[in-house]
Amino acid sequence: MKTPRVTVRTEDFDLSAEVAALRAGDAGVGGVVAFVGTVRDRHLSHGEPAGSIRAMELEHYPGMTESAIEAMIDEAARRFEIRAARVIHRVGMLQPLDQIMMVAVSAAHRGQAFQACEFLMDYLKTQAPFWKKEETASGARWVDARSSDDAALARWGIAAGDNATPAGPHEPHP
Amino acid sequence: MKLEIRYFASIREALGPGETLEIDDGATVASVRDALIARGGTHAAALARGKALRVALDKVLCDEKTALPAAGGELAFFPPVTGG
Repeated sequence: MKTPRVTVRTEDFDLSAEVAALRAGDAGVGGVVAFVGTVRDRHLSHGEPAGSIRAMELEHYPGMTESAIEAMIDEAARRFEIRAARVIHRVGMLQPLDQIMMVAVSAAHRGQAFQACEFLMDYLKTQAPFWKKEETASGARWVDARSSDDAALARWGIAAGDNATPAGPHEPHP
Repeated sequence: MKLEIRYFASIREALGPGETLEIDDGATVASVRDALIARGGTHAAALARGKALRVALDKVLCDEKTALPAAGGELAFFPPVTGG
């Protein structure tokens, strides 16, 4: 069976195995770019000491999460010359140092793979229905969305606010 | 028509996982949100205007102006997302 492009699950993942599967049998691939998101134990912007965050719980909207990320990969494939892409995102209880998610993109040339990977991350951060809740010594708190994430998406010509309809192909101007 | 309402994250904690609403023809996301706010209490607080909120109709992000289909559907309210 063909590997799905998008997986949401509680289990951890093995990046090397995923990258190997992504490019298996495709000699047109010249490179793979991958991003792995991990659980931090502190917010640098809040000036928190190490160990402030004891655990992180991830909630999502089953069904919408998968279809939204599928649509993002379709959009990435329209904008960039990529060969394949894979997204895995974990949900449930995670601990500091755990892997949260990965995006991997294969392409003939690195430029398109780097851009598509960053595009997918910027898109996912602001449009995929996941929510993080942190457990700290003073109780649990929902993580606030960051306006810098919306700004990152805007580079690609997409407004984060209302819907996922892209404004059309734009070159990013970071 | 019947509309399935779903809540997620901090809004789910305040209002529960969801509910079924009977709505009129011509209803929009905004009119449903207004009707929920009009209940007062936790609904008014969780869905208050001016609060950053995202909405999805049948699992696709939409906006306040979106008209609800005559056949009904699933409307979800949730805070801005924080995955990745």
